[in-house]
Amino acid sequence: MAKFVEVDVRGLSCPEPVLLTMDAMEEHPGEMIRVLGDEAHTRKNIEKMLEYEHKDGQTTTRADGCFEITFQA
Amino acid sequence: MKLFDKTWKLALSGVVIGLLVMLLAMSGNPTNMAICVACFIRDAAGALKLHTAAPVQYFRPEIVGFVCGSFLISMATKEYRSTAGSAPMVRFLLGAVMMIGALVFLGCPLRMVLRMSAGDLNAYVALIGFAGGVATGSCFLKKGFSLGRAYETKSLSGAVLPVLLAALLVIGVATGAYAASTEGPGSKHAPLLLALVVALVIGALAQKSRMCFAGSIRDVILMKNFDLLSIIAALFAVMTIYNIATGNFHLSFSGQPIAHSQHLWNILGMYVVGFAAVLAGGCPLRQLILAGQGSSDSAVTFLGMLLGAAFAHNFNLVGSAAKAATATDAAVPGGPAMPGKIAVIVCIVLLFVIAATNLRRKKAAK
Repeated sequence: MAKFVEVDVRGLSCPEPVLLTMDAMEEHPGEMIRVLGDEAHTRKNIEKMLEYEHKDGQTTTRADGCFEITFQA
Repeated sequence: MKLFDKTWKLALSGVVIGLLVMLLAMSGNPTNMAICVACFIRDAAGALKLHTAAPVQYFRPEIVGFVCGSFLISMATKEYRSTAGSAPMVRFLLGAVMMIGALVFLGCPLRMVLRMSAGDLNAYVALIGFAGGVATGSCFLKKGFSLGRAYETKSLSGAVLPVLLAALLVIGVATGAYAASTEGPGSKHAPLLLALVVALVIGALAQKSRMCFAGSIRDVILMKNFDLLSIIAALFAVMTIYNIATGNFHLSFSGQPIAHSQHLWNILGMYVVGFAAVLAGGCPLRQLILAGQGSSDSAVTFLGMLLGAAFAHNFNLVGSAAKAATATDAAVPGGPAMPGKIAVIVCIVLLFVIAATNLRRKKAAK
């Protein structure tokens, strides 16, 4: 089973979610990263950042309304 | 360019917002102040008699519109989330500090851009301070500054501010009990319904586009991302064209409406705003939008701005506008009096204290 680096950005103010995701990418290059968040604008910000960084992110929505974005750093 | 069309869409929302701002400018809002979030919150504080500065009392429907516009669109698109718990009283302080800085300069970041679009060179000077404040805040962000996370809370909590503001507007109109300036900036306003509807649309657009002045510079510094800046740039372009076309464009330091040329205090005032905005997660407009989409923490920031405005006027912390010499009176240079200057320095110290005492413990170096 793939091991994910978990980045929990639920409830954090801009731009912490993107910064923490970028930190994880820097600290774990090549590994699978899973970002857990809850605000719509946070999701959009992270998705845009991944586009700029040319990473393919997969976004899924959980039952509790939170989103998960998984990608390879 | 793969991402061009998305940035283009954001720039388009900036154009639409620019056209709406233009409509307010044409309809009676003060010159070079078609929208100023700080000034308008201050005016609303005056209407509610939290302060008694006679020229700046009017319950601006725009404030109601921004919050409620964001509230309505986020309810409609299921993005409303009632959250709270991220150091609310620190955010209250940040709101008050942002307001004090803005009132010394005589504008929030949005008004700064509008003044720039009218050729007000004092606003360009202030931009140096604003960018510096955003850069300082961004440094602390990189070092791990965080006010901690907010948690989902009772759905009603996030709805209180939009509903309360709407109710206050209705009460004001129905009873006529609020103060309303008969001269000065508070007496200049677009018709109430127009202002409200325009602001509802801007509130909705700002919510969807994530528009934020501090964020636009912050994202360029931290991520070399120009998306948010493109919205501001588009707004600036529309208003510059409008100002030139209507003869309202004057490239100068002096003679600018509701402005002063105390360069040091314009820089320091906006430095405070930029620094506080980054620590708070958004500029004054963004705080209203976040409050509308359910953040009780941003609603508390709004309360800080409201009470900060009242405090600033009650204790002479604000900058005053420069006045040209008349036949009977000498020219007035304007700017903050001593209490205002002390307040700005205290705010800067306070911001460094808040920033330095809220750094996450970083993991051990790799």
